[in-house]
Amino acid sequence: MSNLLDLLVAGLATGAIYALVAVGFTLLWQTSQTINFAQGEFVMLPAFLMLAVMHAGAPFWLAIILGILLSLLLLGLGFKLLLVDPMLRHGVLPLAIATMALAIGMKEAVKQFFSAEASPFPSIVPAGDVSILGRVVSLQSLGVLALAIAVVIGLTALLNRTSIGHQMQATAQNPTVARIIGVPVERMILLTFLINAFLVALASLLITPIYLAKFSSGEVLGQAAFIAAIVGGFNQVRGAIAGGLLIGVVDNLAAAYVSTQYRAAVPLILLIVIILFRPQGLLGRPEERTV
Amino acid sequence: MRSGIFAGLLLATVSAGAAFAQGAPIKLANVAELSGGGATVGNNWKNGIDLAIEEVNAKGGLLGRKLEVTHADSQSNPGVARAQVQKALDNEPYVLLGPGYSGSVKVTSPLAAEAGIAQIMGGEAAELTQGGNKFLFRTSFGQQSSMPKVAKYINDELKAKSVAIVWVNNDFGKGGRDVITKEFAKYNIKIAADISTEAGQADFAADVSKIKAAAPDAVFVYVNEEESARMLKELKRQAITVPLVGETTLVGQKVVELAGDAANGARGHVGLTTDAPVDLVKAFREKFVKKYNYVPDHNGLKGYLAIYMIKATTEKMGKVDSKAFADNLHGLTIKAASEPGILMDVTFDEKGDIDRQGFLVEIVEGKQVVKQVLPKLN
Repeated sequence: MSNLLDLLVAGLATGAIYALVAVGFTLLWQTSQTINFAQGEFVMLPAFLMLAVMHAGAPFWLAIILGILLSLLLLGLGFKLLLVDPMLRHGVLPLAIATMALAIGMKEAVKQFFSAEASPFPSIVPAGDVSILGRVVSLQSLGVLALAIAVVIGLTALLNRTSIGHQMQATAQNPTVARIIGVPVERMILLTFLINAFLVALASLLITPIYLAKFSSGEVLGQAAFIAAIVGGFNQVRGAIAGGLLIGVVDNLAAAYVSTQYRAAVPLILLIVIILFRPQGLLGRPEERTV
Repeated sequence: MRSGIFAGLLLATVSAGAAFAQGAPIKLANVAELSGGGATVGNNWKNGIDLAIEEVNAKGGLLGRKLEVTHADSQSNPGVARAQVQKALDNEPYVLLGPGYSGSVKVTSPLAAEAGIAQIMGGEAAELTQGGNKFLFRTSFGQQSSMPKVAKYINDELKAKSVAIVWVNNDFGKGGRDVITKEFAKYNIKIAADISTEAGQADFAADVSKIKAAAPDAVFVYVNEEESARMLKELKRQAITVPLVGETTLVGQKVVELAGDAANGARGHVGLTTDAPVDLVKAFREKFVKKYNYVPDHNGLKGYLAIYMIKATTEKMGKVDSKAFADNLHGLTIKAASEPGILMDVTFDEKGDIDRQGFLVEIVEGKQVVKQVLPKLN
């Protein structure tokens, strides 16, 4: 039982990071029908941007700020203007393939200009332990979980309780009608790209101290977050959050109680079951499109 | 004026000819893990090779001929390694260097043997030299040499009665796990948990939870460098306080750099360390740091030694003969007094395994501290 508590805390902490990344998947899909297969690499890159700033002599806090700003610029604005806008007019599939190419390009560029080896990355949560229900629990796990939950709550509040959030939802639901009623659709779409860039930068900040900064570290994350988004519901932010947490916990429980070798298969089996019996995802809504 | 330039060129040609009197360079081929999970291994190995070649060439080369090496990236993938080795052998190198991963050595060594080219590699899996391959040579101890020392240390010094084993599910990890399990049985040490992990694994939370539940007296960690660092961090995060023991990969320089404070207290047996209390090793470390601006791990030493193994063997033969190279290295003892580049006295047996002094180390405040020197057997 005590082992189960450890696994749940660790699984939720990892799952919360998956959720941040998965939310980005759903936001981009809802507002611009973009499936970003470079989302994992989007999590990898901010850590290297922060490391580059630190190598230039800046303190960690400044590196975080500059790293997030650079991520907004490159992974938000640059991604939309230079890749999504030109490719989207050719359809969803060419854009998806273009993001795959982008993922490879980003990995190779980091390998070329930084290093093929892993690098250490400082943690924003201090090391140490706290006692919960008589069990020693890592402060870092709790910190990651708390921060990720705070961001998710903030994002949900932004979407549901603010005018901008309502405009973004209107853009996602029907851009033509939204435009007629005066919603600045293009600006809302850009905003979702910037929010996605912020979320991946934050995920990078939280996960890299554990996974280490490495050019290939986005592969696992991207796949897990993609599965989480589908399992939870690709067209619902709350679905992506639930999917992320679920995949994090299932992954940890599978590694502990099934086998480490098959841990990667268990979320995929879950994905297949969801697609077969509830294609819209656990919390998603059925979507119909004209072709 | 024109005749002056011509005379200058002639003089330069004659000078170069004096340095490398017998013309054509000696070609070596290196296939290593320059990217992927083993990038730390491969890049250290490559840099060690380059440093040694630079030194040998600066002193007039080998038997008056310059050494040249080509580096190919196996991407830490045995399939790619095999293709790269085949390509390298097609160019008929004098000696093949690498790879570092045992799995890659396993699939490439038959190719080198078939070509009759000696292969000096970094793999440590016990089985590599047990198959009768007469062309394969180690640069460090195989698991059959190192694991008995680790098991003895856990029994005699730590007095552990139960141990959790964490190993990476590849040829290297499985080989180590099999040997240490047999050694533990000799001491009646119970295996509290037997945990296999995957190469390149990022999340060790579940594995450490299993260790926590098993409550062992010590944990034996046998995974590659980057995974070692992630494992140590997770062990610290989950407040595991029992002794953490490993072999070379747990206590390497890169692991210390990546794991930070979490590496403190980790102990292990190392065949090669730049913290060894040996003057020639210290001098090597200084040269390496000066050239590459970082402290190498044991793989840097392995790459460096590989070149001096070639130098000593070739000088003993008195000729560059790739077909006779392997025969001459078998049974050879190279003394550091006569060949300082070999750093410590070493003997190669008929299987290509080595006998050399080893070390028991502990990470203290981010540094490898040698606790015990284990002498050369013969």
